[in-house]
Amino acid sequence: MESGKNFIVGIFDDESVLLSAVKKVRGSDVKIHECYTPYPVHGLDDELGYKRSRISIAAFMFGITGTCLAFLMMIYMMGIDWPMIIGGKDHIAIPSFVPVGFEVTVLLSALGMVGTFFVISNLKPYGKPRIYDIRSTDDKHVMAIDLAKNSKSSDELNAILKDSGAVEINEKKF
Amino acid sequence: MAEEKFEFTSKAKKTLSILAIVGIVLFGLGTYFASTADHSEEGGHAEEMHDGAIMSDGNDGAHVTEDADQDHFEGAEHTEAGHGGEHAGNPSWLKRIYANLWINNMYFVGLALLGVFFVAIQYVTQAGWSAALIRIPMSFGNWLPIGLILTLAIFFFGGHDIFHWTHDYLYDVNDPEYDSIIAGKQGYLNTPFFVARMVVYFVVWFLMFRWIRKKSLEEDLNGGESYFFKLRGISAGFIVFFAVTSSTSAWDWVLSIDTHWFSTMFGWYVFASWWVTALAAITLITVILKENGYLKIVNTGVLHDLGKFVFAFSIFWTYIWFSQFMLIYYSNIPEETVYFIERLSSDHYSIVFFVNLILNFFFPFLVFMPRDSKRHTVFLKIVTIIVLIGHWFDFYLMVTPGVMKENGGFGLLEIGMAIVFGVAFLFVALTGLSKYPLVAKNHPMIKEAEHHHVF
Repeated sequence: MESGKNFIVGIFDDESVLLSAVKKVRGSDVKIHECYTPYPVHGLDDELGYKRSRISIAAFMFGITGTCLAFLMMIYMMGIDWPMIIGGKDHIAIPSFVPVGFEVTVLLSALGMVGTFFVISNLKPYGKPRIYDIRSTDDKHVMAIDLAKNSKSSDELNAILKDSGAVEINEKKF
Repeated sequence: MAEEKFEFTSKAKKTLSILAIVGIVLFGLGTYFASTADHSEEGGHAEEMHDGAIMSDGNDGAHVTEDADQDHFEGAEHTEAGHGGEHAGNPSWLKRIYANLWINNMYFVGLALLGVFFVAIQYVTQAGWSAALIRIPMSFGNWLPIGLILTLAIFFFGGHDIFHWTHDYLYDVNDPEYDSIIAGKQGYLNTPFFVARMVVYFVVWFLMFRWIRKKSLEEDLNGGESYFFKLRGISAGFIVFFAVTSSTSAWDWVLSIDTHWFSTMFGWYVFASWWVTALAAITLITVILKENGYLKIVNTGVLHDLGKFVFAFSIFWTYIWFSQFMLIYYSNIPEETVYFIERLSSDHYSIVFFVNLILNFFFPFLVFMPRDSKRHTVFLKIVTIIVLIGHWFDFYLMVTPGVMKENGGFGLLEIGMAIVFGVAFLFVALTGLSKYPLVAKNHPMIKEAEHHHVF
């Protein structure tokens, strides 16, 4: 990552302090880049003002693509490319295509969702994950603020974070 | 917490009474039309029969071996012709009334039974989310004694019209109508055992329901966790009994109408249909009560979960439906396919066949898929009403072709009777609901229900 992004990283000991800090920081017109916690913190999404994930829409799109592909595949194979009579049914016997259609729907929907999640989480092969503070996987809650996206200076941000209960404030460059 | 009690207002009663009168008028009109149509078509009937004869003549030459099978399938029709004089075969419109009584009876008995099943499931799984609305499905059980009376009455008056196997001559080797297949089922399908089973189902269901309700009401007065564990035990017992009897009652009351036909999926199929119906009814009543200012404790998260329940079990019903259809379609065994041929080759039933799928699968599946539609009362009401109507058609499709053969109809008679039954059921359930507190306030998990949060 050569973009050289600068982040102010606040470290918090306690989830309730983090929750109130998020409220306070957002209250003073600061955009929070992201929070990292060792475990899911109830209500954090609401405090951060996240909109609901749109992954379900992606899942539906992948799913319906799977249905269409499966039926096209079977209709082409069984009806056009090499017509076969199986069990005395028509070449294109829709009811007997349903189980395969269903399975491909589920498969593409699941794989597509996992893939989408990997892409938006930057979890790709050789991708270098941004670790703001390694302790967020252990016992610390981490709040990252993108300097470029805020008009406030890093000193001001430091003061706000300190004020809202951060036990430690670092600067991180990617 | 203040005690909340549902008040069955005289205004609501009046609305229901007006609806009932509308239903009775529609039913009367429908019956009148059906009976006059019957008379004017008397000549037509003879012609139809003649056509049938010609067709079977054609078959005789071509498929000598199949003829034996064919005879079995057409046994019912032959019987009517052969024993017409002896039994003074009921006119078509009367059969239609019996068939409809049976459809509605099955539908609402299932609703009552599955209401109790819902309660039992909640206690056995120690579910917290539903604690606040548990009294609504519990009130459905009040219909069970009425269900027993209706089932017995319809069976005794219309049994011969609805159930072909109740005719004695089928079991008499010397009778020309002797049916070896049905005779082979006599060990299970005979009137005394059938009635005994029916009574046992209802009595045990009702007693278990009474027991559950008694303990739940005692919990309201005394509180404490002991009632919860007691209820869990009773519910587990109920579910074990239900597991067997939901299948056997489906065989008895619905599957045996098509006596020759059988399907190992059928018990599950009827259960699935009943279960979706009950879930939709619970959701609809909860939403309506909430809109009228009751059940403040039930939050959007709980409604969302009810919506998910209806959504999930609509898919489950479709899965069972398809499993039954697909295997029969694919294996193509005449004994089995006859059931679907009967429903798909007739113009009348084939419409219902696809309407059934659209109302019970495609509609709830597509409308309930987005999260928001399960959280808005408007969508909840629309979908549950559609599902309730759809599953009525499901029972219509299970019962009518077996009873009426190709002469089934749908009109004012059906609509009127369904309304009358629906009003009667609501009357019984709501009266029951108004007798005890609406919220089980001492349920140990009532707090969990109050703060239930769904993403």
